Amino acid sequence: MSKAMEPDLQNPFGDGRAAVEGKEWRHPASHGLRGFVLDNRASLGTLGVFIVMMAVFMIANPTVFTTWYLYSSVLTTLPVALFVVVPLVFVVTCGEIDLSFPATMGFASWVFALVVQAGYDPFLGIAAAVLTGILLGFLVGSLVVYGGLSSLIATLGMNFLLRGLIQIINEGKSMALTGLANSPAYKIFSSQVYGIPVQIFWAIAFVVLSAMLYNRHRFGAQVKVVGDNPDSASQMGIDVKRVRVKVFVFVGIGAAIAGCFSVMINFTWWPTAGDGYLLPVLASVFVGGTPTWGGIGTVAGGAIGAVTVSFIQTGVVAAGLSGFYVQFFNGLIIILSLLGHKWNQARYR
Amino acid sequence: MAERIIELRDIKKSYGQVYALGGVDLSVDRGEVVGLIGDNGAGKSTLIKILSGVVRPTSGDILVRGRPVSGWSAARSRDAGIETVFQDRALAVQQTIVRNIFMGRELTGFMGWLKVNKEIEEASRLMREIGFTSKVFTPHSIVGQLSGGERQGVAIARAIYKQAELIILDEPTTALSLTETAKVFHFVRQVRASGRSILFIGHNIHHVFDIADRFVVLDRGKVALTTDRSAVKSAEDLIHFMEDIAHPGGLPGLREASAAEQGAR
Repeated sequence: MSKAMEPDLQNPFGDGRAAVEGKEWRHPASHGLRGFVLDNRASLGTLGVFIVMMAVFMIANPTVFTTWYLYSSVLTTLPVALFVVVPLVFVVTCGEIDLSFPATMGFASWVFALVVQAGYDPFLGIAAAVLTGILLGFLVGSLVVYGGLSSLIATLGMNFLLRGLIQIINEGKSMALTGLANSPAYKIFSSQVYGIPVQIFWAIAFVVLSAMLYNRHRFGAQVKVVGDNPDSASQMGIDVKRVRVKVFVFVGIGAAIAGCFSVMINFTWWPTAGDGYLLPVLASVFVGGTPTWGGIGTVAGGAIGAVTVSFIQTGVVAAGLSGFYVQFFNGLIIILSLLGHKWNQARYR
Repeated sequence: MAERIIELRDIKKSYGQVYALGGVDLSVDRGEVVGLIGDNGAGKSTLIKILSGVVRPTSGDILVRGRPVSGWSAARSRDAGIETVFQDRALAVQQTIVRNIFMGRELTGFMGWLKVNKEIEEASRLMREIGFTSKVFTPHSIVGQLSGGERQGVAIARAIYKQAELIILDEPTTALSLTETAKVFHFVRQVRASGRSILFIGHNIHHVFDIADRFVVLDRGKVALTTDRSAVKSAEDLIHFMEDIAHPGGLPGLREASAAEQGAR
């Protein structure tokens, strides 16, 4: 028997523990600020990217970036994205993906537009839209989970299917909802307070609530465990399929709210409503620091990612470059963020 | 007679045409340590999965404290006081220790919000109890940063948290160092002293022999032998028995080799 095999009485934990102790690794939570930084490194990294990007834009064109109008226009459209980015963080954490949310946005906002056009109160329209979102989310989720399909392909299919249905029935015709401007719902959800678009407050409330749900609620805890190791989760009695369906329903709810907000901004519903959000929203999730492999993620990071992505387009144009640069910068930010996150977070297996 | 915590009657499990279990009877009484042994493919893992509710038997009855149960599932098994430390430990390695300990059994208050402070308090207590005396790791540590023995510790802490009546340990010492193995046995004795039952599954018959009150030998999906500790003279007897059922008539040379080995000792 070699000496290495003998139990070490001085160190009852074996050599593994000794190696770790040798490095004097201590948990960050015991170090106040440093702990905060380490625990939130993904979202803080995203914030860093955003600040650097804005600094570059501001240096390029200081005058435009000191006018409020620029921020006001971003704050009007950003909330729509936030309502879908945040639920998508849950989906990606759960180890799935949902590409059907643009069609869900279109479908739910269509229901909203129909209810409003029929003369009912917009509040009722929002309720009907959210209900539609829940049903569609459940449908998509069940198809993926109980049908045992790849969420990437199945949700892509559902996106085409639902959008196709909208197009077939509406034959490309939009709906103008001029009466919306005088409704109390519009005042609450889509007006301005001291020049600030009121949507952003609702979006922030949604982000904060979702972040709590993610970090401080059984739902978030189970989403993370299922995304991390579905076998372990089911061995510990978690209904893995139910949790997976729930995240799709959550996307449905977010997409429905986003759809209603986008209609209220424009007073018009288009059969293409939501289509333009697919790629920017997906980019926001990953720019935000949620990795593709599931198990971990950050809601705050996703929100900051959405802010970053919304500012790219505005920023590039405002900085004096032509619109042709937008896609290039979009790509550049995505790649740089991914490289940053790769360096920033270790993956444990 | 001690209370019968769980009893399996004529449990069969088939995967397609292949029978993993062909009618197994098994029971565990309160305060008893049962050693379940058997070769690879004997059906040990399938039996454990049925006990822990992860897999449903094709046929047969499961009785918890004498009562037949229906709708057996992982959640029901845990509710019935059966905790399993799986061979793969069933940990989510990107999550914190506290999240793993409360996996599937989160401490929640109003509307499902987590009682975070209570969870951390309980987790620290459990970690001390199973000997995580080092100050290096806290309940917030990510499981992926732990060594194999420490991960096993987390899995065990999870199993003892709810004062389970029966703890199933599926090959708990596989891939552990000598000292870590000793710690696991120390823990097993502690649990037995507290009057709880253990079903211990092991490849290493010497390990099982040291701690079990009763042995169940599984062979090709059937119980080949059930015997009390007092009826077996030594671990070698059990090993011979298993060699016999594995190779009736004996492998040429095996018996001699084994005898020679014993002579050498």
